[in-house]
Amino acid sequence: MELNLSRCRFFDLGLIDYPTAYNFQKEIFLKVNNGQLYSSVIFCEHYPVITVGRSAKREISFFIKEEEIKNRDIPIYFVERGGSLTYHGPGQLVIYFIFNLVYFNKDIHYFLRWLEDLGIEFLRGFKISAIRYPGYTGVWINSKKIVSIGIAIKNWISFHGISINIKNSILENFKLIKPCGMDITMTSLEEILKKELSFIEVKEKFLSFLKNKRR
Amino acid sequence: MVKVVIPELGEGIDKATISYWFYKEGDKVNKGEDLVEVVTDKATFNLPSPSTGILSQIISKEGQTVNIGEVIALIEEI
Repeated sequence: MELNLSRCRFFDLGLIDYPTAYNFQKEIFLKVNNGQLYSSVIFCEHYPVITVGRSAKREISFFIKEEEIKNRDIPIYFVERGGSLTYHGPGQLVIYFIFNLVYFNKDIHYFLRWLEDLGIEFLRGFKISAIRYPGYTGVWINSKKIVSIGIAIKNWISFHGISINIKNSILENFKLIKPCGMDITMTSLEEILKKELSFIEVKEKFLSFLKNKRR
Repeated sequence: MVKVVIPELGEGIDKATISYWFYKEGDKVNKGEDLVEVVTDKATFNLPSPSTGILSQIISKEGQTVNIGEVIALIEEI
């Protein structure tokens, strides 16, 4: 059985706070889980927020500049996805995949690599050569990370997903944390292309890329 | 006794880490309900209870890394 992307439902929540988007994601998850909806994709952009996944192995204070985060009023949420901690904010495209992993042979490795390929292929459309590093899930340009991945699976249905740094403005707040619990430098599409981009245009481009992709 | 076993999670995945037990020893569990969450790579995976009964023994604690196919708990059927 193959995933038919043209049968997927696509939602665009625009700029939205993390908890509201999370609740929406859970609603869609329930509908996919009980068969009311085919696999679905949710696009959004979050107000500044830090989320901490299940793989954060140490106290959160080890990974963040607490004082500065407090000053900037950035909320922190603990969520059930894999991976450690990350930052979301305006200028970053967040895509949640509520997919029945039956279409991925119930293979987590296969699904994660598929998500990486999605980022790599999309960036190729901008003539950017991005890569994966085995053991360091995500999409990288040289030693900088541009696409972060963190998912959760229940009943072999996925939720959470990927985030792609589009605007340069997203990079500033990443300096407040150790992304993924490591000393990683993030990059953005604007930084690589050395020009200003319209977030909406990039989002539309990704949407049409995804809809036309053969699994 | 029903054995709770770490299932196949994907090609090349031979280990997972127990991240959260939804129940403690002695609790009643129902077949199909979330029993334990494991984490591998950048994904968490909820393993449902294989049976209805009493969770009589948790063999692998949170934070412990286990192999695919390993028995991580026992359920006494009722």
